[in-house]
Amino acid sequence: MKSVGLFVTCLVDLHRPNVGFAAIALLEQAGCSVSVPDSQVCCGQPAYNSGDDVSTKRIAQQVIDAFESFDYVVAPSGSCAAMIKEHYPPLFADDPVWLARAQALASRCHELFSFLVDVLQVKDFSAEFGADVTYHDACSGLRELGVKEQPRTLMSNVQGLMLKEMDDTDVCCGFGGTFCVKYPDISERMVDDKAALVRQSGAEVMLGGDMGCLLNISGRLSRVASDVRVYHLAEVLAGMAAIPAIGEAANTEEQP
Amino acid sequence: MKVQSLNFKARSTEALLDDDLKAALSNVKQGFIGKRAEAVRLVPEWEQIRAEARDLKNHVLDNLDHYLVAYEAAVQARGGQVHWASTSAEANDVIVDICKQAGAKTVTKGKSMVGEEANLNGALEAAGLEAMETDLGEYIIQLAKEAPSHIIAPAIHKTRQQVSDLFHEHHAQYGLHERLVDRSALVNEARTILREKFRCADVGITGANFLIAETGQHVLVTNEGNGDLTSSLPRVQIVIVGIEKVIPTLEDASCLLRLLARSATGQHFSNYTSLMSGPAQPGDLDGPEAFHVVLVDNHRTEMLAGELREMLRCFRCGACLNHCPVYGAVGGHAYGWVYPGPMGSVVTPAMVGIENAPDLPHACTLNGRCAEVCPMSIPLPRLLREHRRATFERSLQSASARYGLGLWAWLAARPRLYHWATRWGVAVLSRLGARRGRFSRLPLAGAWTQSRDLPSPQGRTTFMQEYRQRQSDANAQGGQGS
Repeated sequence: MKSVGLFVTCLVDLHRPNVGFAAIALLEQAGCSVSVPDSQVCCGQPAYNSGDDVSTKRIAQQVIDAFESFDYVVAPSGSCAAMIKEHYPPLFADDPVWLARAQALASRCHELFSFLVDVLQVKDFSAEFGADVTYHDACSGLRELGVKEQPRTLMSNVQGLMLKEMDDTDVCCGFGGTFCVKYPDISERMVDDKAALVRQSGAEVMLGGDMGCLLNISGRLSRVASDVRVYHLAEVLAGMAAIPAIGEAANTEEQP
Repeated sequence: MKVQSLNFKARSTEALLDDDLKAALSNVKQGFIGKRAEAVRLVPEWEQIRAEARDLKNHVLDNLDHYLVAYEAAVQARGGQVHWASTSAEANDVIVDICKQAGAKTVTKGKSMVGEEANLNGALEAAGLEAMETDLGEYIIQLAKEAPSHIIAPAIHKTRQQVSDLFHEHHAQYGLHERLVDRSALVNEARTILREKFRCADVGITGANFLIAETGQHVLVTNEGNGDLTSSLPRVQIVIVGIEKVIPTLEDASCLLRLLARSATGQHFSNYTSLMSGPAQPGDLDGPEAFHVVLVDNHRTEMLAGELREMLRCFRCGACLNHCPVYGAVGGHAYGWVYPGPMGSVVTPAMVGIENAPDLPHACTLNGRCAEVCPMSIPLPRLLREHRRATFERSLQSASARYGLGLWAWLAARPRLYHWATRWGVAVLSRLGARRGRFSRLPLAGAWTQSRDLPSPQGRTTFMQEYRQRQSDANAQGGQGS
């Protein structure tokens, strides 16, 4: 049985634990044994993207330490997976020992959907989700890891799910990590454009694979009083999308 | 041109409020992106040409001294002169001198971004010369006394109505008083005026897209033919060009030309692709009497020697601007200098100093669409990160950003403390936000909540907390069962 260390990601840890449990369910259903190391915090992108390589390396070493004993490290985020896979090794260009460790981990690191489809070759989780959905391609997963067809393959096997692609699905939503709070006015225009495209698609639900984009777009959708609901695709695939959508109030009347 | 990149934030906010600009920028999106995609789709070997072009330019950069000297010798053999300028100011001095020695009064100019770097028009005017831009877009912004907002479509920020107003105001001096609105009528009026300028100019100044080391020729690509009239009609021809534009042979130019127009405008080829060969030779019917090339460094050799070397592959097609969602939101003027968009955010700090443009490399989501379409395969996000390192090392970001990051990084290196702090944060936030499921306002989160709600955490616990709880429950149950 393949051992997988789940890199939960800090946004799932804080905002949407359901995505982490959904990822575990999917990986176990696909025949993996899943562990969640205690010492994980963050992949280091806030520091890395701010130009702070010293802090980034310290965090990267922590992640490498925590995950290198597993056959694979999998993250329900293209952005965090790309950080480990693409950006850790060059950080240690001058340090042969850590470089080798970073490269070894990078070669075994995957984004969740591409891991399920490309590595495990599991494409159908017998999920049901009766809704018209549109899908947002997160930039890092799309361009750094080639995550494009895998989520669509997985969605095509969900009973009742009808995919209504929005225009410009490959255009950034304006999240960009710290970008969205450093340049809030520019970010607002970008997420407003994105929210408009989501609404124009005619879908009732928007799905995606990265919590950063999902928090950003759902936050804008609710601000403009749209009733499009937002979930991480893992929640849908694992049959765990019965809870309120991201940013949606718990409907107490429906609770048993 | 005065560098105003320090005001990027204020300028971008202003730009976002400009409805005319928004309308004008939607043309970039609708025009360039789809046309480029279609043009590229029709070239099955696109990726192969791209790889060849990258390797070609890398070879040139590895041997730049050799090719520049070879180019100089070839130009001299044709009777031209080559001038070397380390700085923009030196380039301006050389050009003003040439004009004075030729007894020139009027100058026509083809579009040149290196000329914009140097504010060549300002230098010519200060020397008492009349300098007239002949590219329609450059002509419009010269009348408006503005900087270009796009490297291949300098007046893309202008609406037709604004152009009509400008022409009405400035063309009265030529006895043209009618207020025009029709697109082709506007173009024709500009053409009438420029035609006379072309005929009378003493000196013509253009840029160059490629310098051919083998032959001493240069290639000039335009859509309006203005570069050809600027080059061939005046007595004196001057080319102002960055040193990175040299390539070994004409064969190499054919490779790069297959990428250039397709990436820039989605044309298979530009309307005019001219091969210029220096001064008129004995027996030629026409052509300039004197031919000068001014090779400009302006921080390019610093880039060559440093981490930004790959940026010197850039041949200024503008594809990265067209595909950048930040450029698409704020337009070119927000960037505060000559080069906007992704390539500008790499080049501007290198040329004007990172301390004068610290926002540019940060005002990017690192979404990578620019690098995806770059015909020269320049890793723009990686180069922006190089600048970000410099801003971090020199503490050029705002104090709040630095302290926030410092605190976070300190916490992130202490997993137990981090998990304890996040448990508290989630517990508090989830209680406050439970009723609505989101916050429309929250202390310290104003930058987020000004434009979008903040979804509240799903439950009262973090994932890590819940996971450990479930594990210990399962273990307890397992213990009971056995």
